[in-house]
Amino acid sequence: MIVFILAIILFLVGLYGVLVKRNLIKMAIGLVIMEYSINLFFGLVGFREGGTAPIITKGLSESAVLVDPLPQALVLTAIVIGLGTTALLVSIAVRIFEKYNTFDIRKIRKLRG
Amino acid sequence: MLMTALILLIVLMILGAIVALESKDLLSGIISLGIVGFALTIIFLILQAPDLAIVQIIIETLTLIILIAAILKTTRTDTEEEFGTKKVFIWLCGFAFIVIFFLAAMKAFQHMPEFGSKTLRMARTYIDSGLSRTGAANLVAAVILDFRGYDTLGEATVLFTSVAGVVAVLRKVGRKRK
Amino acid sequence: MKGMTLIVKRITQLMAPSIFLLGIYVVFHGHLTPGGGFAGGVLIAGSFTLLVLAYGSDEMRSEVRKWRATFFESFGIFIFWFIALLGLIQGSYLFLNIIQKGRPFHLFSAGIIPLCNIAIGIEVAAALFAIFITLAVLRIGEKL
Repeated sequence: MIVFILAIILFLVGLYGVLVKRNLIKMAIGLVIMEYSINLFFGLVGFREGGTAPIITKGLSESAVLVDPLPQALVLTAIVIGLGTTALLVSIAVRIFEKYNTFDIRKIRKLRG
Repeated sequence: MLMTALILLIVLMILGAIVALESKDLLSGIISLGIVGFALTIIFLILQAPDLAIVQIIIETLTLIILIAAILKTTRTDTEEEFGTKKVFIWLCGFAFIVIFFLAAMKAFQHMPEFGSKTLRMARTYIDSGLSRTGAANLVAAVILDFRGYDTLGEATVLFTSVAGVVAVLRKVGRKRK
Repeated sequence: MKGMTLIVKRITQLMAPSIFLLGIYVVFHGHLTPGGGFAGGVLIAGSFTLLVLAYGSDEMRSEVRKWRATFFESFGIFIFWFIALLGLIQGSYLFLNIIQKGRPFHLFSAGIIPLCNIAIGIEVAAALFAIFITLAVLRIGEKL
């Protein structure tokens, strides 16, 4: 049970980065940490004691213990989508820097046409 | 033995995340983010998930490349922090929200089973009849592409949309300021 | 950015085709060994990224436009939708397994799963490579 609590603490560190920090790149780093922590939590849920990878080979006995394949299928697509989200956020941040010459979110307030 | 390794690696990830958020130089913070990703790869190997480890290590490298390219184009130092009543107010609100979230998570964890004990009812069906119903030996590939094919279709669409968004944002030159 | 030294360029010439071949192997054997469409696709994208990083973006800026990354990405999604709609035309519902299941543990088995793996592999590789060259190689305002 303590591993679940540690995974939630990692999520809270990322949440602190998104809420309190003022730099756009620090917010992007916080979002990446939150995504990693949720993938870790899903990987921990599907584990079984003494199990092996969920791939059936020729010499496998009938009563072998296999790890749960369903959470692994959910995490496999989530990792790739995380890269897409980070790329879009970073491209918008680069565009904002080119226009306002700073990453500070308190100075990017005046909307121009 | 397994629990000791898992706890040590997750504590290493938490320390790396705190260093990544608190460093004054942005380049050092991004390199600390690499520690978090590579420790996650080792954890996936310990948890008997080789597909996830292959995908995670390369996506982690690509994330570092994208962030460092954005840093080298623009700037490298962090913004300055000044103390005042506004900053203390933001800190208090942030920490209050985090504490409430943590207490709610503690209450929800009392209903969860122990780590590594039970298999879900749906997974029992996949393990027992996966090979005979689809013919694939890799159960994760059978779940992605045959039992839950719509999720893969949605993922391909989301990736396509994000690439269209990145190309559209960085392609056009804006209007010049008068 | 300038490229790297001569030793790095020579070693990359030897290693990048090997990584590309490993990625194709992981995609094709996705229903027998660990891997599949996503893992093989990111490996193929990684081999192309290694080439661009070793030779520098000054030289490769005019070369990467000829590789047509966005065309292959649309092509991969189109093939995936086509395979999904084949079930609708023939039988009753989407994603119906219309090819024979075959014998287990052989290369040509498991219905439409190897074909879907190939389509997903092409799509993910082209998408990740397009993201990389738009953010890191091309300047702002340049056409892909």
